[in-house]
Amino acid sequence: MYRYDDTDRALVTQRVEQFRDQTRRYLAGELTEDEFRQLRLRNGLYQQRHAPMLRISVPYGLLESAQLRKLAAVVRKYDKGYGHFTTRQNIQLNWPKLEQVPDLLGELAEVQLHAIQACGNDTRNITADYLAGVADDEHTDPRPYAELLRQFVTLNPEFYWLPRKFKFAFIGATVDRAATRTNDVAIHLVRRENGAIGYRVFVGGGLGRLPLLGREMNPFVPESDLLCYACAVLRTFNRFGRRDNIHKARIKIVLRDWGEERFRAALEQEYARIKASIEGEELRLLPEDIERMRAHFKPPAYRSAAEAGADVAALAQQHAAFAAWLKRNVRRHKMPGYRIVLVSLKAPDHVPGDCSAEQFEVLAEVSAAHSFGELRSTYDQNLVLADVAERDLYDVWRKLDAAKLATPNIGLVTDIVCCPGLDFCGLANASSIGVAHEIYRRFDTLDAQYEIGPIRITISGCMNGCGHHSVGHIGILGVDKHGEEWYQVTLGGSPGNDAAVGERIGRALARGEIAEGVERLIRTYLELRSDEEETFIECYRRVGIAPFKVCLYGSESEAAAA
Amino acid sequence: MTMILRAGDVVVDDWMVLEDGRTDPPPAGGRVIVTLARWRAERETLLAAHDAVAVLVPNTADIEEVYAQIADRPLIVLQFPAFTDGRALSQAVVLRKRLGFKGELRAIGDVIRDLVFWLGRCGFDSIVPRHDQNLHACREALREITVAYQAAADAHAPVWIRRRAGAAVN
Repeated sequence: MYRYDDTDRALVTQRVEQFRDQTRRYLAGELTEDEFRQLRLRNGLYQQRHAPMLRISVPYGLLESAQLRKLAAVVRKYDKGYGHFTTRQNIQLNWPKLEQVPDLLGELAEVQLHAIQACGNDTRNITADYLAGVADDEHTDPRPYAELLRQFVTLNPEFYWLPRKFKFAFIGATVDRAATRTNDVAIHLVRRENGAIGYRVFVGGGLGRLPLLGREMNPFVPESDLLCYACAVLRTFNRFGRRDNIHKARIKIVLRDWGEERFRAALEQEYARIKASIEGEELRLLPEDIERMRAHFKPPAYRSAAEAGADVAALAQQHAAFAAWLKRNVRRHKMPGYRIVLVSLKAPDHVPGDCSAEQFEVLAEVSAAHSFGELRSTYDQNLVLADVAERDLYDVWRKLDAAKLATPNIGLVTDIVCCPGLDFCGLANASSIGVAHEIYRRFDTLDAQYEIGPIRITISGCMNGCGHHSVGHIGILGVDKHGEEWYQVTLGGSPGNDAAVGERIGRALARGEIAEGVERLIRTYLELRSDEEETFIECYRRVGIAPFKVCLYGSESEAAAA
Repeated sequence: MTMILRAGDVVVDDWMVLEDGRTDPPPAGGRVIVTLARWRAERETLLAAHDAVAVLVPNTADIEEVYAQIADRPLIVLQFPAFTDGRALSQAVVLRKRLGFKGELRAIGDVIRDLVFWLGRCGFDSIVPRHDQNLHACREALREITVAYQAAADAHAPVWIRRRAGAAVN
């Protein structure tokens, strides 16, 4: 866990005071609505349907017990007793009062939490592999690099007024668990045979209206040049990103309009100029800078695997629910004797990603007692206890289960990714939570879920795509048609190594049809799959969209017209 | 009389903007600001007619490319058509850091108090706030946040350099 020093603390504290003064001036009528909007967004405050929403940054999804305890206290004091985990590993509060937000931010600052650049046209929270440091396919922990970059972009004055939001994501493993190529910049750490570390950089990803995956811009930026290269990308964007049309302002549009070759030439020219100037001297990282940062993310003091403990296998035989949880929510750890526990925020009739004050407290206690005081958030709105000793598994399960945090559905049909939708969000055209619940109920039994196997259903209440509908195996997008809620369905999207943008299947389905439609798609998959091992996405890629069209729209001619 | 911020103080502006469209003969003498296009076209005439000539560079210009033509100017003026349009912040940092411009660097346009802090960090030492802004409040805004993670074009050294063993604390 990165530990603040005096600089970090002073920065966050002074930032709260800066915002306190801005809020005071706004309430006194000294700032216009439009002016204050820009300032509050850069402090995480977004105007939602009913109230302001406060987005709290969780750098690379890493939280610790003290922060969880504070979050429990804060959601009780300033909100309605719950928070919401987002697809960018952040936490949102739905009901803070504007005039109390400076105090709220002051309390968060006590535990190294802030909302700096959580919204607005600036560099957003940097995300990373939620299994960083513990995954057995990882060659390099991305978090020290993500934190170095976080410091470069935080309150960076040159890039504080960008054309549009700007997102970075990191991985240092074989498996992409951070949906990296849906970000403006994806940084894949690479390690060459001679041990040299560098970055394979993709630029121009983004969801929303025009979903695109990042394209490779540089196969190997040397380790020392992380900030030089990031500065070059940001400066190129600041200079050339469109400012005349908010829907065409992301860097992906520059890349699309210019083509890859021209974009790369401009970027490489700026990178070369930076390296050759005083800027390069300041931005170049020395091995000691990286070592110092790496020390913040040292592995915890794992105990010897030989220590005796509860017999997990025997307990699993006695408790079917525990066994199901072990199977679905527990993963291999690179350390013998340890396991990774995935905490499901997708209990029945629960808003995907929501976490109550009581649950925050349970998570604070469980992480302190069983996972070296740390917890991570994932981009599919679940949580991770990354370092649980095997012999603690049963205790952890009981505690999580009692708090409705142990639904054994990770990666299954009820593990639905979902934005707040029309119930909360001012941008949404249609509800998403209600749709998630309806789909959930159709597949509620575990047997049905296990039969279906791994599948990713994602729901966004509008084009902006916070629910990552474009990269769902089954993606659902809420649209408004003459005041009615309709849902467009895409198939075949994926956020990971096999990243793909889903294909639209046909005409939108009505609110009353959507859950039934999803069920039909899944039944069709079950009929079509070559065997039980073939997953939904594999099957879709083999058979194509045609049979799924027919199952939704009837005969082939009707399907063709849809 | 226009008051502006210069080097952290509220002072009287001693520069006059010479509009491109003017048909009457420009006043002789004085310190004038002209557009880059006019500077390119009338450089010698302007220099002969005025005590000093400053250049207003559009925020779409490649500052690296135009620098050779304006490097010797006592004042370069950059534009903020909206306070949310940060293009000139990159121009300023490049001018100061990479190109080493030491003259006066001015921000004009939709400059509100809440932009001032960021201008200061990017090397603007001359700030013309929007007419409705309180100059003294703008001056205070220069010191809103006293610590920084990264270098820009002010006195801050990057935090990763300050944290190096034996680095002098800044």
